[in-house]
Amino acid sequence: MDGEELTEQETALYDRQIRVWGAGAQRRLSKAHILVCGITGTIAEFCKNIVLAGVGSLTLVDDRAVTEEALSANFLIPSDENVCAGKTLTELCRDSLKDFNPMVRVSVEKGDLSSFGAEFYSKFDVVVVSCCSFTTKKLINEKCRKLSKRVAFYTVDCRDSCGEIFVDLQHHKYSKQKREETIECELHYPSFEESISIPWKALPRKFSKLYFAMRVIERFEEVEQRKPGELSIADLPAVVKLKKELCVAQSLNESHIPNVLLERLVTDTREFPPVCPIIGGILGQEVIKAISGKGDPLKNFFFFDAMDGKGIIEDVSGKP
Amino acid sequence: MASLKHLPAVKGAKVLMVGAGGIGCELLKTLALSGFQDIHIIDMDTIEVSNLNRQFLFRQSHVGQSKAKVAREAVLKFRPHISITPYHANVKDSDFNVDFFKQFNVVLNGLDNLDARRHVNRLCLAADVPLIESGTTGFLGQVTVHVKGRTECYECQPKPAPKTYPVCTITSTPSKFVHCIVWAKELLFAKLFGDKNQANDLNVRSSDGASSSKQAEDVFEHRKDEDIEQYGRRIYDHVFGYNIEVALSNEETWKNRNRPKPIYSSEFMPNDLSQQNGSMEKNGAANDISSVSAMASLGMKNPQDVWSLKENSRVFLEALKLFFLKREKEIGNLTFDKDDQLAVEFVTAAANIRAASFGIPLHSLFEAKGIAGNIVHAVATTNAIIAGLIVIEAIKVLKNDTKNYRMTYCLEHPTRKMLLMPVEPFEPNRSCYVCSETPLSLEINTHHAKLRDFVEKIVKAMLGMSLPLIMHGSALLYEIGDDLDEEMVANYAANLDKVLSELPTPVTSGTMLTIEDLQQELSCQINIKHREEFDEEKEPDGMVLSGWTQAPSVVKDDKESIANAGSTSNEPSVEAEKNDEIEIPPEKKRKLSEISEAVYPDLSSVDGDTRNPDKLQVLDDDDELMIFDNWDSVTDKKIRMQ
Repeated sequence: MDGEELTEQETALYDRQIRVWGAGAQRRLSKAHILVCGITGTIAEFCKNIVLAGVGSLTLVDDRAVTEEALSANFLIPSDENVCAGKTLTELCRDSLKDFNPMVRVSVEKGDLSSFGAEFYSKFDVVVVSCCSFTTKKLINEKCRKLSKRVAFYTVDCRDSCGEIFVDLQHHKYSKQKREETIECELHYPSFEESISIPWKALPRKFSKLYFAMRVIERFEEVEQRKPGELSIADLPAVVKLKKELCVAQSLNESHIPNVLLERLVTDTREFPPVCPIIGGILGQEVIKAISGKGDPLKNFFFFDAMDGKGIIEDVSGKP
Repeated sequence: MASLKHLPAVKGAKVLMVGAGGIGCELLKTLALSGFQDIHIIDMDTIEVSNLNRQFLFRQSHVGQSKAKVAREAVLKFRPHISITPYHANVKDSDFNVDFFKQFNVVLNGLDNLDARRHVNRLCLAADVPLIESGTTGFLGQVTVHVKGRTECYECQPKPAPKTYPVCTITSTPSKFVHCIVWAKELLFAKLFGDKNQANDLNVRSSDGASSSKQAEDVFEHRKDEDIEQYGRRIYDHVFGYNIEVALSNEETWKNRNRPKPIYSSEFMPNDLSQQNGSMEKNGAANDISSVSAMASLGMKNPQDVWSLKENSRVFLEALKLFFLKREKEIGNLTFDKDDQLAVEFVTAAANIRAASFGIPLHSLFEAKGIAGNIVHAVATTNAIIAGLIVIEAIKVLKNDTKNYRMTYCLEHPTRKMLLMPVEPFEPNRSCYVCSETPLSLEINTHHAKLRDFVEKIVKAMLGMSLPLIMHGSALLYEIGDDLDEEMVANYAANLDKVLSELPTPVTSGTMLTIEDLQQELSCQINIKHREEFDEEKEPDGMVLSGWTQAPSVVKDDKESIANAGSTSNEPSVEAEKNDEIEIPPEKKRKLSEISEAVYPDLSSVDGDTRNPDKLQVLDDDDELMIFDNWDSVTDKKIRMQ
């Protein structure tokens, strides 16, 4: 297919997954370059998945130091202080990830996400951002969209036992198997900003409550100039007040955003550990689909809440 | 407040994990991160290279070591202060008895075979410990919760049976590549390298079957002083040439079928083989049996290549030769193993030559290996998702949050917008022979069937008992155990060879037998009904067990499409639409909530939320619900033929 053959070593290591997605997809994976910004437990899961899958390279960006919070759901950081001494969060994660699959190049990039220029982003096929502000998400998404090549863009956030994934594949062509046939398909995605600007009233009646709740929290953090997740129960009255204002402005019945849900999201902003492999697993699968061009990718939001156990896809593109 | 975060329940819990493979590695990591502090883990396997793409706790340097032990070491690196107790052992060992299981608050299964799953289910029922069961295949997966008396047990629902093929399809009229694989693996490979005493249908039945079979027996024997090259070509010409000619002579068979083409080795090989075929020197230095390879000595590298008929013929002869020259001691005791390179090469080549003869498309070694080895397709992401879901259910079980127990399906294609679909657990099946006391019924010819047939086909194969005890009233007919005295052993051995109606305590129509497994603490009753005749094709065992649920045929078909997904290099051929065909027997539709809540379940309990139309949707339209029950659980079983 794509010219080069897989090596004997690759065929042996990837045997079970080649049986799932084929040798062609495996070759495309091995040429893909992934950028990940913001290390969380969910991102650690995602990185593990794509390193095991055998992508070409993975670049990590996060200048934060190792904190107790960073440790809580992250299995990439060894507890041995001698190993950790003098290393940053990303460097420790890089070392563990390299160990998972020596065939994948894992590296660390220092610096501030929003300061990177278009040229930097053009080195990648996939960009995944986590725990960054609303403004930064929009900014990076726009930078990716302006490039001449298609860069798949994802955001992922986990709070309490809830998770959200946003996907922008711009124009995505792919094939899928239907019965015995291979069908060629095409999808068009809106940007993050276009997507969330769609009036709430225009969304289908049965819609994930988590979508609205996450937008309220996102707006609150933006207005109050908080860092992502810098919230507590003390903020609940102000968050509920903001919710009411937004619901009035958007003509949405307030019952679509239960206060109990907002309470969970402001009280416990840490990730609930069992939710990390679920969100990180779905995200990994989606990135593999985007790279391989095989199978229906999700469009364009995914929500999971451990309280009801549902993993739901919502299409927020104005074209139902 | 997130009531799921109930740390005391988690910290104080003692959990047993069975399996440290694909799901197991993910599960152990997630349990440790979630705050579990006392985890016991059983796995009898050692690490292999093909595990490393998803069993992320293992490295190349660990190949050959115990999965349970290495997994423990790896997790302690990021959570050093928790207790992980590994057992490099079979969960069916007698050490893991009911008392052992009783010490745990919950048991979590990450297994890859039906036999062990059934065993653990029974021990959990006997010990009254909740069980969380799981399975994955490619992008599909599921998690189920089994609590005695509250939800169905693992065996309440029928399990897909291993795919079987009629003997004549395999021996005479193959139409798919899988038929050629079954022929190459179960018949030809077994005939040449396996136990000579095993019954084998290799030679086609022809009109003069009786007379030719005697002669045919000699054909496969490697004669003393016979040149190995000559022998190989003789076998080749016999099975691909002569046998096809014999089959062709039976005109009836080919009225509505394409006639196969006999193939002889002289078409591809000049008589002087030794120059054409691979040189032994390339293999010469290799004393390690696992590195003996026909591909290597023929200079063929890529397992994804589809070989020509000529190449297949060369691999066939070379592999056969290598077995006799390098692995002669094993001949007579070999069974096909997907990790045995030379065996896979031989079976691939043989299946392809047969396929060519019958006009069936040829396949690569990679594809043939997947089909012959029933290899389960596996990716890290699905296992990770399933592990997360297991831990969420485990926490609910530890908090005794019974109303929120869910079975969850991980789907490849969304159903009603869902990729992860939770469903309320079913109530126990009142006629389940494992978790209820409903007797089974067996139709059998009590004048012909021996006790041995009953023990092998019913007690072991169908009821899944490993240490059975069979009683007729108070009389013991048979038992297996370590503590039997010689006289009893002799007695039981004698009983095995007696027909049922001639046992010391005769078993006749109307007899009620009690079958117990002391290790599993399972006891069930079988009502015997005498029947004279059985249909050889439909009832090949010569006995019919009812009350024991066999899988519906649609599930079998689906299983096949999964098992064969490896035969294309595309995505798995399973489609959501196909799954919709799987029906749940109507009596299985009762749910817990319907017992307690009459028509509408208590929606407010679902997530502490007010009434939500979304929830109602999931709860009331379960007729669209999908069940894919552990396809992988049956794939380790041999392809049976009847």
